[in-house]
Amino acid sequence: MSTDTTTTGTEHHFGEDITAIEPDAIPHEHKDLRDRDYVFIAFLLLILTALEVAASYIELGSLLVPILLIMMAIKFVTVASFFMHLRGDARIFSWMFYAGLFLAVGVYAAALTTFHFFAP
Amino acid sequence: MSDATINPADAAPVGSDAPAEHMAIPAGYDDGQDHIGLEHHTSTGLSNTKLAMWLFLGSECLLFGGLISTYMLYRNRRADTLGPDQLWDIPFTSATSFILLMSSLTMVLGVQAAKRRDDRNTRLWLTVTALLGGLFLAGQIYEFTVFYREGLGFTTNLFASSFYTLVGFHGAHVSVGIIMLMATVGMLLRNRVHGNKAETVEMIGLYWHFVDIVWIVIFTLVYLIPA
Repeated sequence: MSTDTTTTGTEHHFGEDITAIEPDAIPHEHKDLRDRDYVFIAFLLLILTALEVAASYIELGSLLVPILLIMMAIKFVTVASFFMHLRGDARIFSWMFYAGLFLAVGVYAAALTTFHFFAP
Repeated sequence: MSDATINPADAAPVGSDAPAEHMAIPAGYDDGQDHIGLEHHTSTGLSNTKLAMWLFLGSECLLFGGLISTYMLYRNRRADTLGPDQLWDIPFTSATSFILLMSSLTMVLGVQAAKRRDDRNTRLWLTVTALLGGLFLAGQIYEFTVFYREGLGFTTNLFASSFYTLVGFHGAHVSVGIIMLMATVGMLLRNRVHGNKAETVEMIGLYWHFVDIVWIVIFTLVYLIPA
Protein backbone atom coordinates (compact mmCIF):
# COMPACT_ATOMS: atom_id res chain seq x y z
CA MET A 1 0.00 0.00 0.00
CA SER A 2 1.67 3.22 -1.06
CA THR A 3 1.22 6.27 1.06
CA ASP A 4 1.44 9.97 0.49
CA THR A 5 1.91 12.89 2.84
CA THR A 6 -0.02 16.09 2.35
CA THR A 7 1.18 19.61 3.04
CA THR A 8 -0.30 19.42 6.49
CA GLY A 9 1.88 16.44 7.26
CA THR A 10 -0.98 13.97 7.45
CA GLU A 11 -0.27 10.55 5.99
CA HIS A 12 -2.77 9.09 3.59
CA HIS A 13 -3.09 5.75 1.91
CA PHE A 14 -2.89 5.63 -1.84
CA GLY A 15 -6.30 5.93 -3.41
CA GLU A 16 -7.89 7.42 -0.33
CA ASP A 17 -10.08 10.40 -1.08
CA ILE A 18 -8.43 13.12 0.96
CA THR A 19 -11.21 15.58 0.22
CA ALA A 20 -13.26 13.64 2.74
CA ILE A 21 -10.53 13.95 5.37
CA GLU A 22 -9.08 17.45 5.20
CA PRO A 23 -11.61 19.99 4.07
CA ASP A 24 -9.27 22.83 5.12
CA ALA A 25 -6.59 21.68 2.70
CA ILE A 26 -8.88 21.84 -0.27
CA PRO A 27 -9.36 25.15 -2.02
CA HIS A 28 -12.94 26.31 -1.97
CA GLU A 29 -14.32 29.25 -3.87
CA HIS A 30 -15.77 32.44 -2.51
CA LYS A 31 -19.39 31.53 -3.01
CA ASP A 32 -20.47 34.46 -0.87
CA LEU A 33 -18.80 37.09 -3.08
CA ARG A 34 -20.69 38.30 -6.11
CA ASP A 35 -19.60 40.67 -8.86
CA ARG A 36 -21.09 43.66 -7.07
CA ASP A 37 -19.10 42.77 -3.94
CA TYR A 38 -15.91 43.05 -5.96
CA VAL A 39 -17.08 46.41 -7.32
CA PHE A 40 -17.67 47.55 -3.73
CA ILE A 41 -14.17 46.38 -2.68
CA ALA A 42 -12.64 48.22 -5.66
CA PHE A 43 -14.56 51.34 -4.63
CA LEU A 44 -13.11 51.08 -1.11
CA LEU A 45 -9.63 50.73 -2.59
CA LEU A 46 -10.19 53.85 -4.65
CA ILE A 47 -11.29 55.78 -1.57
CA LEU A 48 -8.20 54.60 0.32
CA THR A 49 -5.97 55.70 -2.55
CA ALA A 50 -7.69 59.10 -2.60
CA LEU A 51 -7.14 59.39 1.17
CA GLU A 52 -3.47 58.48 0.72
CA VAL A 53 -3.01 61.19 -1.88
CA ALA A 54 -4.91 63.71 0.26
CA ALA A 55 -2.77 62.83 3.30
CA SER A 56 0.40 63.51 1.32
CA TYR A 57 -0.83 67.10 0.72
CA ILE A 58 -1.79 67.76 4.35
CA GLU A 59 0.80 68.83 6.91
CA LEU A 60 0.76 65.80 9.22
CA GLY A 61 4.36 65.99 10.40
CA SER A 62 5.77 62.76 11.79
CA LEU A 63 2.36 61.06 11.50
CA LEU A 64 2.42 61.13 7.71
CA VAL A 65 4.67 58.12 7.12
CA PRO A 66 2.88 55.74 9.57
CA ILE A 67 -0.52 56.78 8.19
CA LEU A 68 0.59 56.18 4.61
CA LEU A 69 2.16 52.81 5.52
CA ILE A 70 -1.00 51.66 7.32
CA MET A 71 -3.22 52.60 4.37
CA MET A 72 -0.78 50.87 2.01
CA ALA A 73 -0.88 47.70 4.12
CA ILE A 74 -4.71 47.74 4.20
CA LYS A 75 -4.83 48.03 0.40
CA PHE A 76 -2.21 45.30 0.01
CA VAL A 77 -4.04 42.83 2.26
CA THR A 78 -7.43 43.67 0.71
CA VAL A 79 -6.23 42.91 -2.83
CA ALA A 80 -4.46 39.72 -1.70
CA SER A 81 -7.39 38.49 0.40
CA PHE A 82 -10.32 39.26 -1.87
CA PHE A 83 -9.11 39.75 -5.45
CA MET A 84 -6.49 36.99 -5.18
CA HIS A 85 -8.91 34.87 -3.13
CA LEU A 86 -6.35 34.13 -0.41
CA ARG A 87 -9.04 34.51 2.25
CA GLY A 88 -11.09 31.53 1.11
CA ASP A 89 -8.34 29.44 -0.47
CA ALA A 90 -6.18 26.73 1.07
CA ARG A 91 -3.91 28.12 3.78
CA ILE A 92 -0.77 26.77 2.12
CA PHE A 93 -1.12 29.45 -0.60
CA SER A 94 -1.16 32.21 2.01
CA TRP A 95 1.88 30.65 3.65
CA MET A 96 3.79 30.55 0.37
CA PHE A 97 3.03 34.16 -0.48
CA TYR A 98 3.40 35.73 2.95
CA ALA A 99 6.55 33.67 3.66
CA GLY A 100 8.15 35.23 0.58
CA LEU A 101 6.88 38.65 1.57
CA PHE A 102 8.06 38.53 5.19
CA LEU A 103 11.38 37.00 4.15
CA ALA A 104 11.86 39.91 1.74
CA VAL A 105 10.88 42.49 4.36
CA GLY A 106 13.20 40.89 6.96
CA VAL A 107 16.18 40.48 4.67
CA TYR A 108 15.98 43.96 3.19
CA ALA A 109 15.23 45.64 6.53
CA ALA A 110 18.41 44.01 7.84
CA ALA A 111 20.33 45.09 4.74
CA LEU A 112 19.06 48.68 5.07
CA THR A 113 20.00 48.70 8.75
CA THR A 114 23.59 47.82 7.90
CA PHE A 115 23.64 50.90 5.66
CA HIS A 116 22.30 53.02 8.58
CA PHE A 117 19.13 53.75 6.61
CA PHE A 118 16.98 54.00 9.74
CA ALA A 119 19.49 56.13 11.67
CA PRO A 120 18.23 59.66 12.44
CA MET B 1 4.48 18.17 -2.80
CA SER B 2 3.92 15.20 -5.00
CA ASP B 3 1.38 14.29 -7.63
CA ALA B 4 -0.06 10.82 -7.49
CA THR B 5 1.93 9.88 -10.56
CA ILE B 6 2.10 6.20 -9.71
CA ASN B 7 1.65 4.01 -12.75
CA PRO B 8 -1.23 1.56 -12.65
CA ALA B 9 1.36 -1.20 -12.89
CA ASP B 10 2.97 0.04 -9.68
CA ALA B 11 -0.40 0.09 -7.98
CA ALA B 12 -0.92 -3.63 -8.58
CA PRO B 13 -0.51 -5.72 -5.45
CA VAL B 14 2.81 -7.52 -5.24
CA GLY B 15 2.52 -10.90 -6.85
CA SER B 16 -0.69 -10.05 -8.61
CA ASP B 17 -0.93 -11.34 -12.18
CA ALA B 18 -3.85 -9.06 -12.99
CA PRO B 19 -3.05 -6.82 -15.98
CA ALA B 20 -2.68 -3.24 -14.82
CA GLU B 21 -5.07 -1.89 -17.45
CA HIS B 22 -7.87 -4.05 -16.08
CA MET B 23 -7.54 -2.67 -12.56
CA ALA B 24 -9.98 -0.06 -11.33
CA ILE B 25 -8.20 3.30 -11.04
CA PRO B 26 -8.61 4.48 -7.46
CA ALA B 27 -10.08 7.82 -6.54
CA GLY B 28 -7.46 10.56 -6.54
CA TYR B 29 -5.29 8.78 -9.08
CA ASP B 30 -3.77 11.13 -11.65
CA ASP B 31 -3.54 9.57 -15.09
CA GLY B 32 -1.53 12.54 -16.31
CA GLN B 33 -4.18 13.59 -18.78
CA ASP B 34 -5.85 16.97 -18.92
CA HIS B 35 -9.56 16.49 -19.23
CA ILE B 36 -11.26 19.56 -20.59
CA GLY B 37 -13.44 21.11 -17.94
CA LEU B 38 -12.45 18.57 -15.28
CA GLU B 39 -10.32 19.09 -12.21
CA HIS B 40 -6.77 17.75 -12.36
CA HIS B 41 -6.50 15.44 -9.36
CA THR B 42 -3.41 15.60 -7.19
CA SER B 43 -2.51 13.72 -4.02
CA THR B 44 -2.84 16.94 -2.00
CA GLY B 45 -6.15 17.91 -3.51
CA LEU B 46 -4.58 21.24 -4.48
CA SER B 47 -3.83 22.45 -7.97
CA ASN B 48 -0.11 22.14 -8.69
CA THR B 49 -0.36 25.01 -11.18
CA LYS B 50 -1.73 27.22 -8.44
CA LEU B 51 0.92 26.10 -5.97
CA ALA B 52 3.62 26.89 -8.51
CA MET B 53 2.10 30.31 -9.21
CA TRP B 54 1.98 31.24 -5.51
CA LEU B 55 5.55 30.04 -5.07
CA PHE B 56 6.57 32.18 -8.03
CA LEU B 57 4.75 35.21 -6.60
CA GLY B 58 6.46 34.64 -3.23
CA SER B 59 9.83 34.71 -4.98
CA GLU B 60 8.81 37.85 -6.87
CA CYS B 61 8.39 39.57 -3.49
CA LEU B 62 12.13 39.08 -3.00
CA LEU B 63 12.91 40.57 -6.41
CA PHE B 64 10.82 43.69 -5.86
CA GLY B 65 11.94 43.89 -2.22
CA GLY B 66 15.52 44.22 -3.46
CA LEU B 67 14.63 46.88 -6.02
CA ILE B 68 12.53 48.90 -3.57
CA SER B 69 15.25 48.72 -0.88
CA THR B 70 17.87 49.87 -3.38
CA TYR B 71 15.70 52.83 -4.34
CA MET B 72 15.08 53.73 -0.68
CA LEU B 73 18.81 53.62 -0.05
CA TYR B 74 19.76 55.76 -3.02
CA ARG B 75 16.89 58.18 -3.32
CA ASN B 76 18.85 60.98 -1.64
CA ARG B 77 22.04 60.30 -3.62
CA ARG B 78 21.58 63.01 -6.21
CA ALA B 79 23.76 65.97 -5.22
CA ASP B 80 22.07 69.17 -6.43
CA THR B 81 20.40 67.64 -9.46
CA LEU B 82 16.68 67.08 -9.92
CA GLY B 83 14.92 65.07 -7.21
CA PRO B 84 11.46 63.72 -6.44
CA ASP B 85 10.19 67.06 -5.13
CA GLN B 86 10.83 68.78 -8.45
CA LEU B 87 9.86 65.87 -10.69
CA TRP B 88 6.89 63.99 -9.29
CA ASP B 89 3.50 64.86 -10.72
CA ILE B 90 1.33 63.32 -7.98
CA PRO B 91 -2.08 64.03 -9.60
CA PHE B 92 -0.93 62.36 -12.83
CA THR B 93 0.58 59.33 -11.05
CA SER B 94 -2.56 59.06 -8.89
CA ALA B 95 -4.65 58.89 -12.05
CA THR B 96 -2.52 56.06 -13.45
CA SER B 97 -2.76 54.29 -10.07
CA PHE B 98 -6.57 54.54 -10.25
CA ILE B 99 -6.41 52.99 -13.71
CA LEU B 100 -4.31 50.05 -12.49
CA LEU B 101 -6.64 49.51 -9.51
CA MET B 102 -9.61 49.46 -11.88
CA SER B 103 -7.82 46.90 -14.03
CA SER B 104 -7.67 44.64 -10.96
CA LEU B 105 -11.45 44.92 -10.70
CA THR B 106 -11.98 44.05 -14.37
CA MET B 107 -9.54 41.15 -13.96
CA VAL B 108 -11.44 39.67 -11.03
CA LEU B 109 -14.70 40.09 -12.98
CA GLY B 110 -13.03 38.16 -15.83
CA VAL B 111 -12.06 35.37 -13.44
CA GLN B 112 -15.62 35.23 -12.09
CA ALA B 113 -16.99 35.06 -15.65
CA ALA B 114 -14.55 32.22 -16.44
CA LYS B 115 -15.78 30.32 -13.36
CA ARG B 116 -19.33 30.69 -14.67
CA ARG B 117 -18.05 29.34 -18.04
CA ASP B 118 -19.20 32.58 -19.64
CA ASP B 119 -16.60 32.79 -22.42
CA ARG B 120 -17.97 35.97 -23.96
CA ASN B 121 -17.73 38.02 -20.77
CA THR B 122 -14.39 36.42 -19.88
CA ARG B 123 -12.94 37.66 -23.17
CA LEU B 124 -14.56 41.06 -22.70
CA TRP B 125 -13.19 41.61 -19.17
CA LEU B 126 -9.73 40.32 -20.08
CA THR B 127 -9.61 42.68 -23.05
CA VAL B 128 -10.70 45.63 -20.88
CA THR B 129 -8.01 44.66 -18.33
CA ALA B 130 -5.36 44.61 -21.06
CA LEU B 131 -6.53 48.00 -22.32
CA LEU B 132 -6.36 49.52 -18.83
CA GLY B 133 -2.92 47.98 -18.39
CA GLY B 134 -1.88 49.53 -21.70
CA LEU B 135 -3.19 52.90 -20.53
CA PHE B 136 -1.17 52.61 -17.31
CA LEU B 137 1.92 51.68 -19.29
CA ALA B 138 1.39 54.63 -21.64
CA GLY B 139 1.25 56.87 -18.57
CA GLN B 140 4.54 55.46 -17.31
CA ILE B 141 6.22 55.97 -20.68
CA TYR B 142 4.92 59.55 -20.77
CA GLU B 143 6.21 60.12 -17.22
CA PHE B 144 9.64 58.72 -18.13
CA THR B 145 9.75 60.95 -21.21
CA VAL B 146 8.95 64.05 -19.13
CA PHE B 147 11.66 63.16 -16.56
CA TYR B 148 14.19 62.57 -19.32
CA ARG B 149 13.39 65.93 -20.93
CA GLU B 150 13.78 67.59 -17.53
CA GLY B 151 17.32 66.20 -17.46
CA LEU B 152 16.99 63.00 -15.45
CA GLY B 153 18.70 60.29 -17.50
CA PHE B 154 19.24 56.69 -16.42
CA THR B 155 22.86 57.40 -15.48
CA THR B 156 22.43 60.93 -14.15
CA ASN B 157 22.84 59.77 -10.54
CA LEU B 158 22.13 56.83 -8.23
CA PHE B 159 18.63 58.12 -7.49
CA ALA B 160 17.75 58.14 -11.21
CA SER B 161 19.24 54.69 -11.86
CA SER B 162 17.43 53.05 -8.95
CA PHE B 163 14.15 54.82 -9.78
CA TYR B 164 14.17 53.87 -13.48
CA THR B 165 15.18 50.29 -12.64
CA LEU B 166 12.41 49.83 -10.07
CA VAL B 167 9.60 51.44 -12.05
CA GLY B 168 10.93 49.99 -15.31
CA PHE B 169 10.89 46.46 -13.88
CA HIS B 170 7.32 46.98 -12.77
CA GLY B 171 6.43 48.27 -16.24
CA ALA B 172 8.05 45.17 -17.76
CA HIS B 173 5.85 43.01 -15.53
CA VAL B 174 2.76 44.94 -16.67
CA SER B 175 3.84 44.38 -20.30
CA VAL B 176 4.19 40.63 -19.73
CA GLY B 177 0.75 40.65 -18.10
CA ILE B 178 -0.79 42.41 -21.12
CA ILE B 179 0.81 39.86 -23.47
CA MET B 180 -0.57 36.99 -21.34
CA LEU B 181 -4.03 38.57 -21.29
CA MET B 182 -4.16 39.09 -25.04
CA ALA B 183 -2.77 35.62 -25.71
CA THR B 184 -5.47 34.14 -23.48
CA VAL B 185 -8.20 36.14 -25.24
CA GLY B 186 -6.89 34.85 -28.59
CA MET B 187 -6.76 31.27 -27.34
CA LEU B 188 -10.28 31.54 -25.90
CA LEU B 189 -11.53 32.85 -29.26
CA ARG B 190 -10.00 29.86 -31.05
CA ASN B 191 -11.06 27.50 -28.25
CA ARG B 192 -7.44 26.45 -27.75
CA VAL B 193 -7.35 26.60 -23.96
CA HIS B 194 -6.94 22.99 -22.84
CA GLY B 195 -7.70 21.77 -19.37
CA ASN B 196 -9.51 23.91 -16.84
CA LYS B 197 -10.23 27.27 -18.52
CA ALA B 198 -11.25 28.95 -15.26
CA GLU B 199 -7.96 27.95 -13.64
CA THR B 200 -5.95 29.28 -16.60
CA VAL B 201 -7.71 32.64 -16.32
CA GLU B 202 -7.30 32.60 -12.53
CA MET B 203 -3.51 32.10 -12.85
CA ILE B 204 -3.24 35.14 -15.10
CA GLY B 205 -5.45 36.98 -12.61
CA LEU B 206 -3.09 36.13 -9.75
CA TYR B 207 -0.16 37.49 -11.71
CA TRP B 208 -2.07 40.65 -12.63
CA HIS B 209 -3.20 41.31 -9.05
CA PHE B 210 0.38 40.82 -7.88
CA VAL B 211 1.51 43.50 -10.33
CA ASP B 212 -1.20 45.74 -8.85
CA ILE B 213 -0.08 44.96 -5.30
CA VAL B 214 3.51 45.86 -6.16
CA TRP B 215 2.31 49.17 -7.57
CA ILE B 216 0.38 49.87 -4.35
CA VAL B 217 3.72 49.60 -2.49
CA ILE B 218 5.71 51.57 -5.09
CA PHE B 219 3.12 54.36 -5.23
CA THR B 220 3.27 54.88 -1.47
CA LEU B 221 6.99 54.38 -0.86
CA VAL B 222 8.33 56.09 -3.97
CA TYR B 223 5.79 58.79 -4.80
CA LEU B 224 3.91 59.72 -1.61
CA ILE B 225 6.47 59.42 1.18
CA PRO B 226 8.70 62.49 1.00
CA ALA B 227 12.40 61.89 0.37
